[in-house]
Amino acid sequence: MKYQIKVWRQKNPDDTGKFETYTVEDVIPEMSFLEMLDLLNEQLIKRGESPVEFDSDCREGICGTCGIVIDGMAHGPKRACTACELRMRNFDEGATITVEPFRARGFPVIKDLVVDRCAFERIMAAGGYASVNTGSAPDANTMLIPKYIAEKAMDSAACIGCGACVAACPNGSASLFVSAKVTQLSLLPQGTPERGRRAVRMVEQMDREGFGNCSNHAECEAACPKSISIENIARMRREYMKGALSD
Amino acid sequence: MKLDAKIPTGPLETKWSRYLSEIKLVNPANKRKYEILVVGSGLGGAAAAATLGELGYRVKCFCYQDSARRAHSISAQGGINAAKNYQNDGDSVYRLFFDTIKGGDFRAREANVYRLAELSGAIIDQCVAQGVPFAREYGGQLANRSFGGAQVSRTFYARGQTGQQLLLGCYSALMRQVDTGMVSLFSRREMLDVVMVDGRARGIVCRNLVTGEIEKYAADAVCLATGGYSTVYFLSTNAVNCNATAAWRCYKKGALFANPCFTQIHPTCLPQAGEGQSKLTLMSESLRNDGRVWVPKAKGDKRPPREIPESDRDYFLERKYPAFGNLAPRDISSRAAKEACDNGYGVGPTGFSVYLDFAEAIERLGDNVIRERYGNLFAMYHEITDEDPFKQPMRIYPAPHYTMGGLWVDYSLMTTIPGLYALGEANFSDHGANRLGASALMQGLADGYFVIPATISDYLADNRPDGLGTDHDAFTESVNGINEQVSSLLGVNGSKSVRDFHWELGRIMWEKVGMARNEKGLTEAISDIQALREDYWKNVKVGGSNEEFNKSLEFAGRVADFIELGELMARDALDRAESCGGHFREEYQTSDGEALRNDEEFCNVSAWEFKGVDKYPELHREFLEFENIGLSQRSYK
Repeated sequence: MKYQIKVWRQKNPDDTGKFETYTVEDVIPEMSFLEMLDLLNEQLIKRGESPVEFDSDCREGICGTCGIVIDGMAHGPKRACTACELRMRNFDEGATITVEPFRARGFPVIKDLVVDRCAFERIMAAGGYASVNTGSAPDANTMLIPKYIAEKAMDSAACIGCGACVAACPNGSASLFVSAKVTQLSLLPQGTPERGRRAVRMVEQMDREGFGNCSNHAECEAACPKSISIENIARMRREYMKGALSD
Repeated sequence: MKLDAKIPTGPLETKWSRYLSEIKLVNPANKRKYEILVVGSGLGGAAAAATLGELGYRVKCFCYQDSARRAHSISAQGGINAAKNYQNDGDSVYRLFFDTIKGGDFRAREANVYRLAELSGAIIDQCVAQGVPFAREYGGQLANRSFGGAQVSRTFYARGQTGQQLLLGCYSALMRQVDTGMVSLFSRREMLDVVMVDGRARGIVCRNLVTGEIEKYAADAVCLATGGYSTVYFLSTNAVNCNATAAWRCYKKGALFANPCFTQIHPTCLPQAGEGQSKLTLMSESLRNDGRVWVPKAKGDKRPPREIPESDRDYFLERKYPAFGNLAPRDISSRAAKEACDNGYGVGPTGFSVYLDFAEAIERLGDNVIRERYGNLFAMYHEITDEDPFKQPMRIYPAPHYTMGGLWVDYSLMTTIPGLYALGEANFSDHGANRLGASALMQGLADGYFVIPATISDYLADNRPDGLGTDHDAFTESVNGINEQVSSLLGVNGSKSVRDFHWELGRIMWEKVGMARNEKGLTEAISDIQALREDYWKNVKVGGSNEEFNKSLEFAGRVADFIELGELMARDALDRAESCGGHFREEYQTSDGEALRNDEEFCNVSAWEFKGVDKYPELHREFLEFENIGLSQRSYK
């Protein structure tokens, strides 16, 4: 199969950047979208041109490293699927496919499709944990947790931190990412002692990083490769209010 | 060099506690004067960095990913073992120890493995306290499942994402230490050298993957938690950036490399679809709890699987290993699948896959239970192959997955370079010649949370901070060496891409140093790889410059190291004239095709010392003593 790939090229953070279009041939339906980009890069390298830089690692949808906008959608047109899992059989033969980096104030472009997501790291450092030193934990079955609570916490904990929610949001908000962690830890008894402080600190850090606020577009939920629900955002708001009022 | 594992004396059960009470400590006020570098942020690295920070050491943690949370431990699916005996099914520390030694085909150290089993319970406690949402029963207790090589249910899990949840637990502990200022994170850095001063590891040199700058970091000790080297095969279940470079550069500085030929080929992976493929996807071993592995009884039977009646199917694992059935250990299951395909019974377009069938389990338990247990795995399989495992059996084939070999370490996890430690998959110590399922997570976390934070003080107490700076000549020398290598890689400007070479190396390794090996193939592999190395430095085309974000350059350095490592793996496999665990030498097998060990000559760890790229490395043997478990032929029948 053959495709036209219209891809964002930007040499460095200061470059204004532009689209370039390339033809990729010999694509097979089983190929992932990133393998198709690998194929393009092999051609570019052999022609002495600079390859399209993009981030990826596990290539099975769990590490959250890959993150590109395909035809205007973060991770591409398929629901609940990362760019690395997306197969070329989802695209019509001969199509022109547009590929861009995640665009958001909180995610500056490093090169081509690679963005800097360190802001997420700083948000996590602002309380995205349950404080427990190694060695001081009681026996794991001391505290019983109802199955449905553990499952609900797991639904939130499934976030892979890719940032698609930010890229999809018209406000460039990181609310889905932040709320998934806030929710996981506020549902579980282990996270309860710090829940108010955590919600307040993480939300404030998100603001400092230049991410926008949530105004209920729900684009994040639609783009999330792990189907994290915007119910998490509602919970984060409650947690934030409770935390802000009790401190 | 005489290898001394420094195993504490006394009975097995008391070695670790005795070790802990006898080692030197560093007092709390002095801990902050020490700087420790942790390379890698997976389960071993993140757990170590967080715990060392909690103890009061100043820690710098490095990773090549854009965030510490992305380390490859995150991909582990099925679970983590622990001898909690919550199921009351007869489990114990001893039994986990026994299963691990036996599973490793008697090529691991008893003392290390016993310690691992002993620490396993505390790991679960720690993870739960961090908020890891393990699967639970309706009563609120933790749930367990079974894994290969065990007859008890001791595996804890979080759906099919156990590695992700455990890693995010470690990561949160790590970020807490970043919050307190005890740990600094350095992401998008690739370690390219260990710096030695007066024979001790005193720092590292990295390449900043964004700017290309070569950066120097001095410290009092260095901990490598850089994972394994399965990507030497190009196609493996590992992440595409996983590499051996950090460990390999340490090897070239004098750290011995142990059992490099001990690699694990995982039985349940998706078969290869084409040459553009970048990796092979694993389907968790937990699927073998409910899935049944089979091939048609007739060669080349092309009927769709559902049209093949029971009487025409060969459930070969159940037939050959009735006691363990579909839960036979990984090496045994992989070889059985290879044998079936090699003999013409394989299925799918290439004939190189076997069925993993859930029809019986779906019939017995219903769609919902199966979806709850394996939903995400089924969805992943469906997306990749366009086949629905609820409607037709999965097709699977073995793929390189884990490497039991790694840097040689003593009981304290120190390599043969003083002050340089290796944790998790980067070391060789606990899994012998074959790792059991759900034991990698256990080892990474045991090393990171409990072993290294304790053992490192014994070394640090004797080696006090001396204010060594990165202006020392040893750093300059190391940086010069790296700059030289980078410019030679960029300077070749040949006609083949780095991927071309990596693909070719992978082909040689898979065909000749893969699931079954023989003297002829291994000898050929060595000369093929040598020729490939020569060609690499004449014909590779990297492109771009050092002073920019340049993935091709990153890969070029890694592949140069993989080529050298591949040769060492072949040499080790050739030297070990026996079959054990994942190392199957065709010349050494029992009459029914099982691995035939030679305990007289090879009941040892083979640790290799670098002597130069073109020179034969020197072999050192550490003899393994089995005082608590009698050496026997493994049987899962």
